[in-house]
Amino acid sequence: MADTQELRKIASQVRRDIVRMVHAVQSGHPGGSLGCTDFLTSLYFGIMQHDPKFNMDGINEDIFFLSNGHISPVFYSVLARSGYFDVKELATFRKLNSRLQGHPTTHEHLPGVRVASGSLGQGMSVALGAAKAKKLNGDKHLVFSLHGDGELDEGQNWEAIMFAGHHKVDNLIATIDHNGQQIDGPTDKVMSLGNLHAKFELFGWRVLDMDGNDMDDVIRVLDQAKSLAGQGQPICIIMKTVMGKGVDFMEGHHEWHGIAPNDEQLGNALAQLPETLGDY
Amino acid sequence: MLKDIQVQNEKETRGGFGEGIYEIGKANPNVVVLTADLAGSMKLGPFIKEFPERFVQVGIAEANMIGIAAGLTIGGKIPYTTTFANFSTGRVYDQIRQSVAYSNKNVKICASHAGLTLGEDGATHQILEDIGLMKMLPGMTVIVPCDFNQTKAATKAVADYNGPVYLRFGRPKWPNFTKEDGSDFVIGKAQVLSEGTDITIFACGHLVWKAIEAGRILEEKGYSVELINIHTIKPLDEEAVIKSLAKTRCAVTCEEHNVLGGLGDSIAHVAARNLPVPIEYVGTQDTFGESGNPKELLTKYGLDTPNIVAAAEKALNRKKNG
Repeated sequence: MADTQELRKIASQVRRDIVRMVHAVQSGHPGGSLGCTDFLTSLYFGIMQHDPKFNMDGINEDIFFLSNGHISPVFYSVLARSGYFDVKELATFRKLNSRLQGHPTTHEHLPGVRVASGSLGQGMSVALGAAKAKKLNGDKHLVFSLHGDGELDEGQNWEAIMFAGHHKVDNLIATIDHNGQQIDGPTDKVMSLGNLHAKFELFGWRVLDMDGNDMDDVIRVLDQAKSLAGQGQPICIIMKTVMGKGVDFMEGHHEWHGIAPNDEQLGNALAQLPETLGDY
Repeated sequence: MLKDIQVQNEKETRGGFGEGIYEIGKANPNVVVLTADLAGSMKLGPFIKEFPERFVQVGIAEANMIGIAAGLTIGGKIPYTTTFANFSTGRVYDQIRQSVAYSNKNVKICASHAGLTLGEDGATHQILEDIGLMKMLPGMTVIVPCDFNQTKAATKAVADYNGPVYLRFGRPKWPNFTKEDGSDFVIGKAQVLSEGTDITIFACGHLVWKAIEAGRILEEKGYSVELINIHTIKPLDEEAVIKSLAKTRCAVTCEEHNVLGGLGDSIAHVAARNLPVPIEYVGTQDTFGESGNPKELLTKYGLDTPNIVAAAEKALNRKKNG
């Protein structure tokens, strides 16, 4: 496993990839992607046992589901950087005939993607099904999932949250990207989430809090979450992040949910993000 | 001849599902069954008793059920979701669209209580749009078996058929006449129940039996009737449809579904492109249903035997005068 110093280097390159991908097509979602970069980098370069040769069934490996599919740029970059496909393919993001669709899909057979996502609120159910399949297969590996906090407005999540507690799905680690922002503004204003930590606990989950933009904390909490698996409770991580993290003029602004930087803003962003692994 | 078709007994098509799921569960250890609080109505008792670890009770949460089913395929399971047709389709359309169809997951969506024959519960539960909804999804296979034996056969057959499937059946006891061993059912292959030269009746589901009754009346009137059970609406056996229309040059379609978007439109689509001939539709006329017993409802909404006879005579007249 890469140490946290190494993970920070990778994360810097992933952030460069994100802003370059979104800039190149002048569309996509940089804000949440940048906020979740440290988490996804940690998963794919540290926490998960996974095979970039990619097998859809994912037997005898840890698997990950991205429910908030609009943050595809960070997902694609991390998949490419960890060997699922050539990083050069990142240049095709959102373009015609690309496997890197605006939102992730299995339809074009991009290695690393196990279900389509983008229409929100569906990923936790899928993760629960995959977790049940692992149990039926006697596979001790884990299922990880990521969800937006705004995405929790969708009722299907609460069906899934209730199910997971009732059925004691203890091989699932679901992380909520709690950046407090959604398209129309702060989550507190659009649709208040209240005390998320307490809500998950009341549904029977083991809940951990994490600073999703502090690599040491991310590794510490994810390791702790893994150690809690198999104890009769599903595990939720409430991950505090800053939307747009790593690019100062984007940080904390919901306006950067789904717009692309212009040429000048790209230059400004890249100046803040050291090129550590070589641009694609 | 249609008069030669023998009824073995009267049984619920959902009961065929219940027997089929038990047998395929026994034969295939990857089969997993999910339900949204309707295990009894879906006749899951024997499966649950023998394979409790492969049964998933989701509660009244159909959206979650579809997603969990999609996830179960990742790891090689063959999930069957079970609830009423209304809650299997319209309620969860986007979940099926994204997590199952677009993601090409091997999920079997099994839907009972379809159409008017659900009866007294009324229009909130009597979906008449589900065939259309499901056949519109790229990659979705749509199967509407006609009786108990065929529902049992289809339930077992879809396990070995890779890809998403919508399997639609119903609530009431209904004449059971196809082969007990299901050997006359092949996914995607139209079932010719009688050969004829004057008119083709295409039917699916419960209305296959009504079409047999109507065909017998037409035979007594001296017509030569070709009756084809289109149990697989998608992928449609276009070759069989074209072959029959080329011979009879007029048709009636019969379904317990809105005439917009169902079996009739699928047949007409083939005819329009290949062989435009007069076609009459028997189905609900862009309306919701209501409470009542199944027989009364089929009569009131024009899906009964006399309606099929009348539609056939109209098509025959159009052919004659065309």
